[in-house]
Formats: sequence, C-alpha cells, structure tokens
Amino acid sequence: MAVTREALLEQWEQPAFWRCLTIGDGLWMLLAAAGSILVWWLYRSYMDGYEIAIQAGSTLGLIAWGLYWKPVRLLALAVAVLATLALWRYGADYALRHSDFWLKYFLESQVAFMWMSALYVLATVTYFVALLGRSDFIGKTATALTWTATIMGLTGLLVRWRESYLLGADIGHIPVSNLYEVFILFALITALLYLFYEDRHRTRAMGGFALLVISGAVAFLLWYTFDREAQHIQPLIPALQSYWMKIHVPANFIGYGAFSLAAMLGVAYLLRSGVEARWPDGLLARVLPPLELLDDVMYKAIALGFAAFTIATILGALWAAEAWGGYWSWDPKETWALIVWLNYAAWLHLRLTKGWRGTPMAWWAVIGLLVTLFAFLGVNMFLSGLHSYGTL
Amino acid sequence: MNETAAHQSDHRRTLGWVLLEFFGSMNLAITLLVVVAVASAIGTVLQQNQAYPDYVLKFGPFWFEAFRRLGLYDIYGAGWFVGILAFLILSTSVCLYRQVPGMLREMLRFRANVQARSLRGFHQHAEWRLSDHGLDATQSAVTEVLRARGYRWRAHDGGEHRVVAAMKGRYNRLGYLFTHAAVVMIGIGGLLDGNLWLKLKEWRGEIVLETRDLAARDIPPASRLAPGAVPAFRGNVMLPEGAAANFVFVRARDGFVLQELPFAIELKDFQVAYYDTGQPKSFVSQVLIHDREHLGEQPMEATIRVNHPLTYRGYSIYQSDFGDGGSKLDLRAWPLTVARLEPTEAKGTVGSSLKVGGSNGALTLELDDFRLFNLLPEPDARPGERKFRNFGPSIGFKLRDAAGEAREYFNYMAPVQLEGRWFFISGMRAQPGEPFAYLHIPADPNNSPERFLRFNARLRDSDWLQGILARAVPVADESQEYRRDLERVRLSLVELFAQGGTAAVAERAKTVVPAERLREASALYLNILRDTLAQIFIEVLREEGVDVEHGVGEREETFFQRRRVGAVRAAELCLALLPATERFSTGGGFRLAGYPQWWSQRGLHRLCFIGHRCLYHVLYFASPGVGLAGDRGGDDPADSGRDRQPPPSRICP
Ligand code: HEM
Repeated sequence: MAVTREALLEQWEQPAFWRCLTIGDGLWMLLAAAGSILVWWLYRSYMDGYEIAIQAGSTLGLIAWGLYWKPVRLLALAVAVLATLALWRYGADYALRHSDFWLKYFLESQVAFMWMSALYVLATVTYFVALLGRSDFIGKTATALTWTATIMGLTGLLVRWRESYLLGADIGHIPVSNLYEVFILFALITALLYLFYEDRHRTRAMGGFALLVISGAVAFLLWYTFDREAQHIQPLIPALQSYWMKIHVPANFIGYGAFSLAAMLGVAYLLRSGVEARWPDGLLARVLPPLELLDDVMYKAIALGFAAFTIATILGALWAAEAWGGYWSWDPKETWALIVWLNYAAWLHLRLTKGWRGTPMAWWAVIGLLVTLFAFLGVNMFLSGLHSYGTL
Repeated sequence: MNETAAHQSDHRRTLGWVLLEFFGSMNLAITLLVVVAVASAIGTVLQQNQAYPDYVLKFGPFWFEAFRRLGLYDIYGAGWFVGILAFLILSTSVCLYRQVPGMLREMLRFRANVQARSLRGFHQHAEWRLSDHGLDATQSAVTEVLRARGYRWRAHDGGEHRVVAAMKGRYNRLGYLFTHAAVVMIGIGGLLDGNLWLKLKEWRGEIVLETRDLAARDIPPASRLAPGAVPAFRGNVMLPEGAAANFVFVRARDGFVLQELPFAIELKDFQVAYYDTGQPKSFVSQVLIHDREHLGEQPMEATIRVNHPLTYRGYSIYQSDFGDGGSKLDLRAWPLTVARLEPTEAKGTVGSSLKVGGSNGALTLELDDFRLFNLLPEPDARPGERKFRNFGPSIGFKLRDAAGEAREYFNYMAPVQLEGRWFFISGMRAQPGEPFAYLHIPADPNNSPERFLRFNARLRDSDWLQGILARAVPVADESQEYRRDLERVRLSLVELFAQGGTAAVAERAKTVVPAERLREASALYLNILRDTLAQIFIEVLREEGVDVEHGVGEREETFFQRRRVGAVRAAELCLALLPATERFSTGGGFRLAGYPQWWSQRGLHRLCFIGHRCLYHVLYFASPGVGLAGDRGGDDPADSGRDRQPPPSRICP
C-alpha cells in the first residue's frame, strides 16, 4: 500500500489537547470556576481549610467532567439556576416553604424529590415502551425524563443542604448523613452513570433495565418517607461532624451506583441470552441490547465502581482513625464493605486474568447486587454497630 | 507473554519455585478472596466476644464447643482467620514480585531491537509504503504522527533499517500496581497496628497479662510496659475531672497490661452539649499535658473533640467513652419487701459505694451512673413511626450482698407518661448481659411513688392488716365463726399475694381444692383477694387524708385498677408483678429515688486514652535507640487517676 506522507499525516493528525478546546469549553471553565468562587464567597464563613480544599477539588473535577462529557454542562447549569432560584425565594426564612409558589410546588427539597421520584418511574416505563415499540421518539422522551429527574434530584439535594442551615447554623450539613439522604444520592449517581453509557454507546436499549433499580430505590424512598417519616432533617451527632463525610459517602455511592448498574445489565444479559436460545427470531431477541455491549458496559461499570469503592474504603479507614481511634474495628458496615470489595475483586480477577465472560459473570454481577444490597440495607436492618446512622 | 513463559521454563522445579508458583497462582488468590469474604460475613452475623454462657444457651453444649474450637466467637482474632489474611497478603506480594519487573520494563523500555520478520509475525500489524521519501523523512513522518496521537517514541538505528518504537497508556499499569501494593501495605500496617508487639513480648515471656482487678500502682512490674517498650499500642484510661494519669491499660484477651506514658495527661474539664432534640451535639475535653522533660514546669493545654484527637509526641489521644464522674445524689431507699413506711435517707456520689441494711444482712450500694438525659424510642409511637422521647434523668446502681452477688438497677427518676398515665420506671436484672425487667410504679397525684410504696408496705404489715380486716362491716346473718374464717382466709391470701403474686394464690388453690372445683375456687379466691386489696387501698387513701366516705374518685380508681384492656400497669398489677421481679433479688428490692443536688454535664467524666501512632511513626519508633524515657507511676502526684479497672475496649463516641 503506497500512501503519501501528507495523506498519512492527514489521516492521523490530531491536534494537542489544548488546541481542541473550543470557545464553549472556555466558557464552561470560566462559568464553573466563577460559580464556585461565588459559592465560596457566600459561604466561606462555614468552611474550614479542608472544606475549601474539597470545594476546589470538586470544582476542578466538575470542570474536567464537563470537558470530558459535554451534557454535564447543561446539567450543572440547570441545577445551578434552579438551586439559585430556590435560595433566592427562601432568603433566610425556612417557613416560606409553605407559602412561596416556587418552593411549595417545585423547589422545596421534599417536593423536588417527589418530582424526581415520579419522573424516574415514568422514565422507566417510557424506556421499556420505547424498547418494545422500537420508537426512537419515545426513547428520546425517556432520556429527557431521566435528565429532568436527575436535575430535580440534584437541585433537591442542594436545596436541602441550604435548608439544613436555615433550620439552625449548628444543624446545617451536607445532605449525605443518613439513609434517606444517601438513597437519593444513590438514585442520582446510578442515573448519571447510566446516562453516560447511553450517550457513549448511542443506545437506549439498556435504559429500562438501569432505571428499574432506580425505581426500586424510589419505591424504598417513598416507603421510607410516608411510612417511617424519615425525611426530616436531623442534626449531626459528633462523630459525623467532619469534612470527611463530604468525600467518604459520595465515593461509596459511586461504587454502589456502578455495581447496581452492572447488575441490571447482568439481568439484561441473562434475559437476552435466554431469549436468544429459545426464540432466536422473536421480538425480544431483536430489541434487547446486544450481548457484547452488555458485557462490555458491565465490565466498565464494575471497574469504575471498584476503583471508587477502594478509595472510599481507604478514606473510611482514615476517617475511622480520626473519629474512633482505629483504622479498622470490624464494625458490621466496615466488614460488609470489605465483603463487597472482595467480591468484586474476585470478579475482576476472573475476568481480567482468566478471561471469563458472558453468562457466569452476568450471574455473578447479579449476585453481587445482593451482596451490595445487604451491605447497604441488610446491615442497617439486621446488624448493629458504630455505623448505624440510618436505622430502618 | 511469550517471553515470561520462556523465562519460566528455564527454572528448574525447585521447591522455592513450586511455592512461588502456588502462592502467585490466580486460583489461590480468588479462593482466598472468597474465603475471607465468607468468614468475615460469619463474624457479622454471629455476635462476637459475648460472654461464653450466652453462647452455650444459644447453641447448646455440643455446638458451643465446636464453634469455640473454630474460634468463631472472636473470628477476626482467630489464628486461622489471621492466617488466611496473611496468605492473601503473601499471595498478593508474590504476584507483585512476579509482575512488577516485567511491567516496569514494559513501562520504561522501548522494545526497539526487533526484526521486521518478527513484527510481521504479530497478529495485529499493518504495512504502508512511503515511496517518495528517504529514511529520515519517513522516520520524521512516522514520529510526527505518533506524537500527534500522544505516543512517546524512541528510534533505534539498525544500519539499513530503522525501528521506531512507541508507546502510550503506560500509566494504566499504575492502577494495578497501586491497588496491589496498597493491599500489601494495608495488610502489613494492620499487623503492626494491632496487638502484634504485645503478643510477641508475651510469647517471649517478657510480659505477663494481669487478670486481677488491681489499682494501677499495685500492678507488678511483669505486667508493665515502659514507654517505648512496644512501638504501637492502643489503650484506655478513665479520668475523672481534675485527675491525671501517666499510663493506660492495654486490653488483651481476658486481661490487660499497663503501658506507661512518657507524660501525664490531666482532665481539666469535660462538657457535653445537646441539641434541642436531646441528641448529643458535642463532647469536648479540656486537657493538660504534663511533661517536664519536654515542656518544663508549664503544662500544655489542649482540647480534644470527636474527630479532633490530640497528637502529642506521636501519641494520639482520643475521647472514647464517658460516664458520670461524681454527681452528688440525695437518695431515698425503700425496701420493697419489708413493711417499712418511711424511706432510708442516704447521700452519695456517683462512683462511690454505701453500706445499706437489707432484710438478710448488710448490702453494698454501688452508685454507678447518673444520666441527665435518656433519649429513647417513643413507646407510644405508632408501629413504624420513628420518634424519640427524653425520659429524663436516671441512675444506675448495684446492690451487692456479702457474698459478692450483685443485682443491677436502672431507675428513671422522673415519672414517665405511658398511655396517658404516669409511672416511675424501675429496671432490675441479676446478670449483666440480661435485659432489664421493668416495674412500672404508678405515680400518685403528687407525682410521687409514695402512695404506691405505702400501699406496698401496708400489705406486708400483718398487725395493721388484721386491724383493718377486723373492721370490715359485718353482714347481718353471718356467724362469728364464719367471719373469723373469712378474715383468716383474707389475711393469708394477702400475704400470699404479697410474697408470690397471683401465681402463688393460684398455687395455693391447687393444694387445697380438688381438681374438679379448682376453677371455681380460684376465681373465688381472686375475687376475695381483689376485694381485700381494694379495702386496703381505701384504707391507705384514708391514711393519706383523702376523703373516701363517698367512694373513691376516678383518679384513685385508675391508680389502683386496670380499667381498660391495654392500660395494664395499675397498682394492682404492679404489685402482682413485684414478686417476679423480686425473685432474683437476694436482699430485698430497693427502689431508689435520687435527687441530685447539682446535676450538670460536668462531673460526667471518663476520658479514655488511646495511645496509638500512625503507621509512619510505628516504623520510626521501631528503630532501636529511640527509647523514650519516662517516670514510672507510683509516687508521682500525677498518678492519681481513678484506676480501678481497665475501661471497656469498645470505642464509641
Ligand atoms: C474503615 C472504615 C469505614 C468503612 C469501610 C466504611 C464504609 C461505608 C460504606 C460501605 C458506606 C455506604 C453506605 C451504606 O452502606 O449505608 C458508608 C456510609 C457512611 N459512612 Fe462509612 N465507612 C467507614 C468509616 C466511617 C466513619 C469513621 C464514619 C463516621 C464517623 C463513617 C460515616 C459514614 C456515613 C455518615 C455514611 C452514610 C450514611 C448512611 O449510609 O447511613 N464511615 N460507609
């Protein structure tokens, strides 16, 4: 094969990273940085050095994320606008949540969570309708619903953060301190992970499956709210008053979210391979996501989740050393976190070094969800320990 | 890959190689991962480190013994578990040892000395011909492309051919490297951080665990560790406000050793703050560090909070638990099994013990704890509702008889509203692990337990009872004899009831009545008993000064009797339950109502000290010659800490 040098260069040319940046990228970076600085300026009196560092780090992370995956920009913008609107309507009066139109119907955190819940459930159904009806338009609707739900949920979390300070300066804290709050975080993170893979792989076929686990979380959340009245903002016990909470909990939930997503893809995998064996020409065999895709995304999700979970566990140990005076005390939550970690470590080793693929790994991912679920809920329900901030 | 395989076949199958192969094998690693996971899970389901008798009860003697041998009661400390962990670490280390050199080579070195032929042998290859250029121009074309795609490259001149080797993504390997190295490091750190050093010393016979309940200054040298004798430890000491200690207790199995510190720590002040909801908001200790060698005469002041330990000379100091350090209590004690109307008055401070009289000999009253708040789940909550209520102050105390047997009590000092009525709640248990059995004593209109206590005392006063019963209004056609019999029956029924509750009455019926009439007779007995109790109660009310000529009011009635189903805890029932609670008790039950003269969150003070150094320091201190000088306990004025026993090992801020 004979080619000219120019042809070769042209074919392979790829400019350096910074030269790829567009005006849009620049604007994004500026806007995100400006927003973050504004937030710091407004709330700096509540922050210590660690917290400022965490904010700076998160801002850099957000900027990088937005450069890597463009839809994040719109998400961030929408959430920022809505949250600002809520904060503005609130002013300094928590009681306004009952009277102000915007707060009462859209932006008060409970209300925002209700919107989020409804939209996620709707999106789940829509994804399945789109899958079976093979309608691109309905599929797009489902994606839009999921994005909107995520925007409402994130807004709700930010507003709740502010509301906790409106309740009392000594009560205010980031809303990741109990089971109710982390359940919302879980739904949001799982949704974002899914949306990322949807965008990257240009297929909506996995949507219904991914959103199924989110709908499960929503069902739990509603039960927890209406039956257990767990939605009230509680002050922090001394052990939780630490900047560590801001890192430790989100890192754990990236892990949980990714593992759950992988498990749902495992379900889809098993379904598809079962269907293919029995009715190779049926509708399901045509519309369900292809096996290689599922296998691939499942692996990526578990790898990502594993990395996050490793970091979260190590950070948890560091926090434990500060709060309880020991890195590891075999507290049930700690132990189950270890079990989850070991489980996925074994999964990854089998895949990476033994080359296992397909059905057994899909089964394992599904069983992994049961293990994860026990660590998440079972421990709170059946076992007691130092980590019992979210009893049922 | 090919290269490593060739590399390995060079090895002769020595034992070392076989071992290396075994430990580095992926199958072993995966098996270990799963085994550790399963074993850890067992430890969370089976409660760890309970008292052995509890396990016997739960599993029966056979399984108890089997589980004990397996070490299931302290699984994370069991030899086999630690062994498996060690294997996991070993296996990871071997894996690292075998992979890292190859990986580093791949990361750092460009494999530029290859032949075109072997390149063509690669599965993935492609060929182009840049016909219009010479060697240099071709090379620069290729390298430009590579650079644009983010590759690093190296050229190798082989005479008439040139090889350009390039690579990208070499840092992906770091993920593997860091995770595996971290597992090894954390594992080793865990071993160093634990009681390993102590075990080593014990094994070498340099230290003996102390199992007796001794004061710090009486602990023999064999059970003392000088400062710096072990590179890492984790211990506790309890300090009341104003006291200091220059040692901590290090727990191990069923005993402890005393670890001396090169400085003394004094607790100046301890404060707990609460939110409006009653939940704790902060625990703050003001401490002074006395260290003549490093600080001179002037002690160093410091504050310890949860999440903000104090680190001094490599020792990290945490708060781990607290209790009452000497609230002053005014006490009134009513013996529940004796016909005494007036309580015994006593004064005491929490942490001290008093001598009190009991019905069979002297008792020691140990005042263990006073709590200002008791935030507990709301008992009247709907099922599933998560509500909490502050049950107010409580005191915990023990009554110990001459033989050393103790009963533990937990009394709420203020009345508690349950189902719309007010009660004094008093818990008692005979064994430390048991749940408390609670007695609900109805409060009288003065919000005091006195009416009930007087009622109870009167039930045990035969002379008084006889007088009352004799006064019962005679019914016209009753014979003298019948009346005397009835009086006797009533008296004995009340006595039976006072000693054994309704159960004793039913039991008596069984012994005196033939089986076919038993039901009828028991019902009759109980009716008579109730009538009599009601009469006694009215008499008690009269003594109290209540006007009972026109019958008792609704309030008095509810005080005495169960009226609704569900509202079960009336005086009558409380009395019926009393003997059951009492049965455990050796020396007569006491109810203590304590009214502290000053109560505040001060005085609650037990500060635990965990000497513990982070990993870097462990390594630093491990080097010889860094022995830390320090004075031994004993006469040092700083050595006045309350040091009766090693405090609990569980750290729970
Ligand atoms: C080795 C140490 C630790 C490990 C392995 C660990 C593990 C975990 C895991 C897996 C979660 C996920 C959430 C869940 O399952 O509910 C979690 C949540 C959480 N952890 Fe930790 N953790 C550690 C130490 C700590 C410490 C020291 C604290 C604070 C004193 C803490 C506070 C929390 C909180 C507030 C949450 C979220 C609330 C909740 O789930 O109820 N953790 N941790």
